[in-house]
Amino acid sequence: MANEEMISGSEMLMRILQREGVEYVFGYPGGSIMPVYDALYRHQGDIPHILTRHEQGAIHAAEGYARVSGKPGVVFSTSGPGATNLVTGMADALADSTPLVIITGQVDTEHLGFDAFQETDVVGMSLPVTKWSYQIRKAEDVAWAVARAFYVASTGRPGPVVLDFTHTAQCAKAVWDYHPCTRLRSYAPVPEIQSKPLAEAAVLLNSSRKPLILAGHGVALAKAEKQLAEVAEKIDAPVGLTLLGLSALPSSHPLCLGMAGMHGNIPVNIATNQADVILAVGMRFDNRVTGATEHYARQAKIIHIDIDETEFNKSIPADVAIHADAREALDKLLPLLRRNEHADWRAELKPHAEAEERLVIQPETAEREDCIHMGAVVSRVSAAFGDDAIVVTDVGLNQMMSARYSRFTQPDSIVTSGGLGTMGFGLPAAIGAKLARPDREVVLFLGDGGFQMTMQELGTIMEHNLDIKIVLLNNNFLGNVRQMQAMFCERRFSATPLANPDFMKIASAYGIASEDVERPEQLDDAIARMAAHKGAFLLNVNIDEENMVFPITRGGDPVDTIYVNLTDRYQG
Amino acid sequence: MELYTITVFSENQVGILNQIANIFTRRGLNIESLSVSPSSIEGVHKFIITCRSDRAMMQRVARLIEKRVDVLKAYLYTDSEIVYQEIALYKVPADQLLDNSNVERVIREHNARILEITRQYVIIEKTGHTADTDALFQELKHYGLLQFVRSGRVAVTKGTEEQLTRFLLNHT
Ligand SMILES: Cc1ncc(C[n+]2csc(CCOP(=O)(O)OP(=O)(O)O)c2C)c(N)n1
Repeated sequence: MANEEMISGSEMLMRILQREGVEYVFGYPGGSIMPVYDALYRHQGDIPHILTRHEQGAIHAAEGYARVSGKPGVVFSTSGPGATNLVTGMADALADSTPLVIITGQVDTEHLGFDAFQETDVVGMSLPVTKWSYQIRKAEDVAWAVARAFYVASTGRPGPVVLDFTHTAQCAKAVWDYHPCTRLRSYAPVPEIQSKPLAEAAVLLNSSRKPLILAGHGVALAKAEKQLAEVAEKIDAPVGLTLLGLSALPSSHPLCLGMAGMHGNIPVNIATNQADVILAVGMRFDNRVTGATEHYARQAKIIHIDIDETEFNKSIPADVAIHADAREALDKLLPLLRRNEHADWRAELKPHAEAEERLVIQPETAEREDCIHMGAVVSRVSAAFGDDAIVVTDVGLNQMMSARYSRFTQPDSIVTSGGLGTMGFGLPAAIGAKLARPDREVVLFLGDGGFQMTMQELGTIMEHNLDIKIVLLNNNFLGNVRQMQAMFCERRFSATPLANPDFMKIASAYGIASEDVERPEQLDDAIARMAAHKGAFLLNVNIDEENMVFPITRGGDPVDTIYVNLTDRYQG
Repeated sequence: MELYTITVFSENQVGILNQIANIFTRRGLNIESLSVSPSSIEGVHKFIITCRSDRAMMQRVARLIEKRVDVLKAYLYTDSEIVYQEIALYKVPADQLLDNSNVERVIREHNARILEITRQYVIIEKTGHTADTDALFQELKHYGLLQFVRSGRVAVTKGTEEQLTRFLLNHT
């Protein structure tokens, strides 16, 4: 056939990325991915490539991009060490349902299995930490495999997909014939919603006197924020949010109780063990949310909406399981629900919010004379950006504090490593988030430990002039571990003190503006200058090493056994 | 802890066995037996896995297997829901059979059959449940058993058609 165009596997990949609407590729080159990078050179104008300073940076950046844009993040790496450097990001993306299409170079097919230079078993290694992983051995398979990768990564419960692209298939030519993948017989991403559980859920909710909604990342993934608010308002049910679900409902919404779980807001955790019906949407009852499962919401009927069937009855038994996309489920549930009012129930919870304000929030966020607390920094930074920034966090105290004290007005505004808790996630994820939404402010909260895990990505920020506001909550400790050591190891601070560099000098080496905040009275002005600054900015804030995050539900305790400081248990 | 059988139907792709095995390994579950073969449906592979655990865990495992992108279906059965067999081969020295009339009796009693006779050895085949192949093993042990192998389980459901056929009719 005369009009059949023969092109290389690498060229094919480029064309498909364009067809799939890929805006950025995050990557790092090397021997086994050279043909792909050579093809990319010819497509520079079409597919911008972000060269990070480490492959881990590339994959977390792709995650940040995916989390904010809702589209798959695309990653390139070479074989061997390039691919192994991606594994943490794969596991992170799997745990947090983040769509990624990861393309790793691989040695020539004739060398596979012969321990060739930089050969590793990428498929074998990645299978347990990806949604799908496949090795492309011939050019004829490229179109099929890449189409499938985009489809699998972005549909159903999203997740990371790996294509291990052999050098042979990158170079060989095949006929250019691309069809996006729209269905697989072995994979049903969108379950057919059943009317029976919807009706049962409506009966429970309509007769409930103390309803509670717990909403998670699934709401954001399904873009069901509007539906969530509609359902909550119609039945007048307070809403608790998981860490990844934080921006699914505006913080100022009258029904928003705040965050659920270990360091969550007291009213949510108390309500969990008092509600008569819980509507859990797109959340998976993670153990950091539930505490001791045998004491979790035993009094409540539980309605669980999830797109992933394997989440039902995994840790908390569901009385009604609705296997569906969150938006579709809420849309179909809404007309079945009776408009209701639960003023008494909301009033019952109010004193818990007031108590938390008094016992925890006030002391944490008020300006002190002696030292600076993280909560004070986060709440002021949040306000300085009109509570409207995209908040990216690293892992540790900085993460819990930014989750607790940031406020949100828009969806898709929290980017944090929830399921895996990957230190080093924050800085590269902020890069991806900023590229996805250059029109929005991106604020990154970091600890001094996590910062130094991927600090080299300051180079990427410099290169691309990315306007990211970096707030370093610097306590010269691995703070979160230190808190645990203070609570459970009689203050034996084993391997948690950090000898830190001069972070200002580091910022300046990358041409990034910075400021040091040593004393509480410097804080407000410094934040104002950071907010006014155009371009990247590092605010290094000297945090009291004794500053710890409360409230806490200790692992193994019931969710409503809450400590408001090291010694005092919340008495309700 | 009961013995469960999980039957898995998958696309014919590389690495499925690996994925299935991972799901067991991660939960510290031991696969007791495994057999893999093309199924009666073209392009579809069939895995039959037996494992000892509790029902809730095995249900979860079956659903996790089915969640893998290339897996069409995974079904969970207890022994009462299926008809199943294993095959075992036993190699005994030929002189035992020739000199010892007991061996012949044992073969007959166990409904086993002889596959091959050479001057050195005799190969005996027995199909049945694990208990059956095991019983013969226990007896032949006393007659200088040279080799013994047992297959994984093969199983069919007690219904009239492959459950998967109905699934495929609705999904192709
Ligand atoms: C890659 C990785 N290694 C180790 C940990 C365990 N860990 C959790 S929080 C934490 C301390 C973080 O310290 P820092 O980054 O300074 O933040 P802080 O808690 O002080 O805000 C550690 C070591 C982790 N989550 N991720």
